[in-house]
Amino acid sequence: MTEYRLEPSSDATATPKRLAILRPETAARVLVDRDETVMTVPHLLLREIILIQICVVALAVLSLFFDSPLEGIADPTNTPNPAKAPWYFLGLQELLHYFPPVVAGVLIPGLVVMAMVVIPYFRTNLEDRGFLEGSPRRQMTLLTMFTVAIVAFLAAWRVWAVMVPTLVLYSAMVLPSLPPCPPSWRRRLVRVTLSDWIMTWFVAVAVILTLIGTFFRGPGWKWIWPWQGGVSL
Amino acid sequence: MKLPESLIESRVWRSIVRHGIRATNRNRVMAVMESLVLHLHPARVRRRSLEASRTYFLGAISLILFAILTATGLLLMLYYHPSVPQAYDDMKELQFTVSNGMFLRNLHRWPAHAMVIVVFLHMLRVFYHRAYRPPREFNWVIGVVLLLLTLLLSYTGYLLPWDQLAFWAVSVGTNMVKAMPLLGPPIRFLLLGGNVVGENALLRFYVLHCVMLPLAIMFLVALHLWRVRKDGGLAGAGRTGRSERGEA
Repeated sequence: MTEYRLEPSSDATATPKRLAILRPETAARVLVDRDETVMTVPHLLLREIILIQICVVALAVLSLFFDSPLEGIADPTNTPNPAKAPWYFLGLQELLHYFPPVVAGVLIPGLVVMAMVVIPYFRTNLEDRGFLEGSPRRQMTLLTMFTVAIVAFLAAWRVWAVMVPTLVLYSAMVLPSLPPCPPSWRRRLVRVTLSDWIMTWFVAVAVILTLIGTFFRGPGWKWIWPWQGGVSL
Repeated sequence: MKLPESLIESRVWRSIVRHGIRATNRNRVMAVMESLVLHLHPARVRRRSLEASRTYFLGAISLILFAILTATGLLLMLYYHPSVPQAYDDMKELQFTVSNGMFLRNLHRWPAHAMVIVVFLHMLRVFYHRAYRPPREFNWVIGVVLLLLTLLLSYTGYLLPWDQLAFWAVSVGTNMVKAMPLLGPPIRFLLLGGNVVGENALLRFYVLHCVMLPLAIMFLVALHLWRVRKDGGLAGAGRTGRSERGEA
């Protein structure tokens, strides 16, 4: 709040004879506001109408060809094996296979939701510095120590489904500092920020756990192949 | 075709469309100020924010899916009784007796699944584009709540067909709630209206699914969209980051 900056400009169309006083963190917003604009009607409205029609038609066609599942009437005395939650909770149910219910059903989802809520309040790395830009050696040491701890923890609980994507992500993160990395890849990977790496890790783990829970789990939550058991959505 | 002037200048017409037809400056301004479209949207938008790669239209698609779900959901309510075993019989009625009943059910179920996916993708887009950054912090939080409400809405709807799939999916889910120390069992009791997934649970899930959660979502969507405008319009890729500084 306290730091002001004077921006002199010789471009009279952009800064017509006035002082633009910008706080550093709002500078980007002022830049963007100079973007070219178009009329909402018809440019935006037309796109919205077309989008509505595409959605309705696509879903109507889908609904013509694929019927919703309906099994026998609910029977509390007849437990199916396996009893599965809706697909979007199967990642959590898969975690239940590895961890006690308090961890898989309460602690992990609770922490994920809390982490998501506080994301925008971390005012760090506003300039989007890549994870390996700056002092890569120190970053690398920290990353490796952290990964070893996580992998050891996951191995102790035998959570291979999380350990494998963790190791893949770690490999991608250290790839730029290895000699055989192609320069074009290196340029891209070096720029990826730590927050993007973490989010990508979270998404990869969530998707893999959900896919395993949906397609690869049969009676007794044992591993099966998708073609061995039906899937009801 | 020209409408007769007596009609357009009549009291009834003018009570609906406020502005007259003559091309006066006053009428021009009123035509713009009174448009519902321009009440919801700004009069002009940035050309770049219309590009598909800015948003992939994921927020808009979420809202469209919600509208489809509201329309088909209301129609389904005409055929549905939230009681045991009538709920299940109604599914059979939809399948075998009601004209296009199965199509109606499909057009509620597939958009519901799609909405969960699209809302999640919308969140990812906003994250990777850094669109949660100041001044949009609080709108991100509203978005997180909307994601949770979407999951809850889908989950409460899952029980309503009252078949084996529905019953055991909800049983598994509510058993997870029980694992929460202290608060778990009372929350589960409140949600189910008892200790087992039974008739009370069906009624509660029905009311949650058809009234409470949709109302909550509608209110928060209104707030969400209002804040998009108040916080300076759509945020695009790397708005405050590298690409804005012309480095990328």
